[in-house]
Amino acid sequence: MSYIDIQDVSRNYQKKDQSFRALDHVNLKIDRGEFICLLGPSGCGKSTLLNILAGFDKVSAGTITIGGAPVEKPTVKNVTIFQNYGLLPWRTVEKNVELGLESLSIPAEKRQQIAHKYLDLVGLKDFAQSHPAELSGGMQQRVAIARALAVDPEIIFMDEPFAALDALTRMNLQDEISAINRSQHKTIIFVTHDIDEAVVLADRIVIMTPNPGRIKTIIPVDLHGPRDRTSPDFLRIRDHVFAEFSLKPEDKTEYYI
Amino acid sequence: MKTTIHLGGALLLVLLSWQAIAWLGGWNEALFPTPSQTVYGFAEIIADGVLLKDIGTSLYRFLLGYTSSVLLAMALGLVLGWYHNIWAFLNPIAQVLRPISPVAWLPFIVLVFGIGDMPSLVIIFLAAFFPVLLSTVAAVRGIEPVYLKVAQNFGIGQPQLLTKIIFPAIFPRIATGLHLALGTAWVFLVAGEMVGTQSGLGFLIIDARNNLRADLLMTAIITIGVLGLLLDSSITLLEKRIYRRWGIPERSNA
Ligand SMILES: Nc1ncnc2c1ncn2[C@@H]1O[C@H](COP(=O)(O)OP(=O)(O)OP(=O)(O)O)[C@@H](O)[C@H]1O
Ligand SMILES: [Mg+2]
Repeated sequence: MSYIDIQDVSRNYQKKDQSFRALDHVNLKIDRGEFICLLGPSGCGKSTLLNILAGFDKVSAGTITIGGAPVEKPTVKNVTIFQNYGLLPWRTVEKNVELGLESLSIPAEKRQQIAHKYLDLVGLKDFAQSHPAELSGGMQQRVAIARALAVDPEIIFMDEPFAALDALTRMNLQDEISAINRSQHKTIIFVTHDIDEAVVLADRIVIMTPNPGRIKTIIPVDLHGPRDRTSPDFLRIRDHVFAEFSLKPEDKTEYYI
Repeated sequence: MKTTIHLGGALLLVLLSWQAIAWLGGWNEALFPTPSQTVYGFAEIIADGVLLKDIGTSLYRFLLGYTSSVLLAMALGLVLGWYHNIWAFLNPIAQVLRPISPVAWLPFIVLVFGIGDMPSLVIIFLAAFFPVLLSTVAAVRGIEPVYLKVAQNFGIGQPQLLTKIIFPAIFPRIATGLHLALGTAWVFLVAGEMVGTQSGLGFLIIDARNNLRADLLMTAIITIGVLGLLLDSSITLLEKRIYRRWGIPERSNA
């Protein structure tokens, strides 16, 4: 049995006495330590699927198990990182990172030690005493990553976490989260509608289509180690994904293969 | 330094126009006092201890009425903001009660609570209650959903949810209500004390009028204005301290 097992999951929403199918018979198995990107156009149900996996929303039909147990509600074992960071503006950076540790009854001194360790990891240890409002968007998202890592979760869910950032900051953060996935052995489910981002990050790219939300194909990304955005292999996979969205004539894909 | 100049200028302006009005009006001095008469009036009731005693009484009533009103309104606002279903029923009632001047209830208040401290307490209570209740409900409903999701994710349940997330998240918006309520409640203190009591600044006004002591009337008016200003500044200070204590960046969520 796979670590995460999504079986025949559907999700209906009631929209003005009309039932709307946000997810339709979705099946997916994910292994421990995998980096999965959910990729697709707006409205294809990426966030819906992620929210259900994280326990914030419920399925209408089907089952989801993580480590053999059905998903019922959010747990500190699986942390979600949101697009708008979700930092508490009234807490310092350090206290934000400590937030999840407080409910785990870890003594204050140890909490601070852990917070500093992960702030160091994301390159923000000099900002421990700042408030989130004093940081740039990229730095705030780094704080959110440190806060997630601090509770040593098994899975990290990320919903378009870098969408609001500029291109260079985004690339830096992509490299960082990729390194974190490898060094910290976290399972990461990452929602994006940026094709390059998916190819840089994913072990497998799950391509979804809307109306109703379905999984169209799953593309394995057989690139190993830190990824070079300009290497032929990278471009080959990128073209493959483009072709899936019919954004590129088929014959040109052939050229790279 | 600059504020001192501004204050001095304002004071001078007030004194000059006051004196001018007194001259131009040519009223009987018992009906409209000059600034100098008022200074003597001040000296008189400070000397015999009446002013200080009335200030004490009024402040006591005010603080008691305001604090209890604000605490109850915040608690109720938290609950009602959280459970919208109940609020949906109570909101129309609150909207109807809110625009009624608390003084209008006076006859009933006296009937129910008798005379003494109670009527003015109840009036102050009513004046402060609705601004705080409504701003608390609105603030609770306006909490960023992502804060609650984060709390849920990290296993933060009650009562920590209240102290760590909800209160700091809503405080900047409630602060506006608290401020507003303070001003309104102070205005109604005088109205409350004009009936059914034999003490306090409101009574001082009535008493001065009945005895044709316009100088004392003006003394009471000035005292009420200055105290109102001081109360306002002290709540601003308190707000700042709470912001600092909770690390809330000022005006961020306001
Ligand atoms: N709570 C809800 N109530 C009603 N409809 C919803 C709800 N949540 C999502 N939907 C609908 O379900 C569909 C899928 O939404 P979802 O947010 O999962 O899309 P998405 O793939 O994340 O899109 P985007 O890239 O824009 O974030 C959309 O049509 C959306 O309107
Ligand atoms: Mg989405």
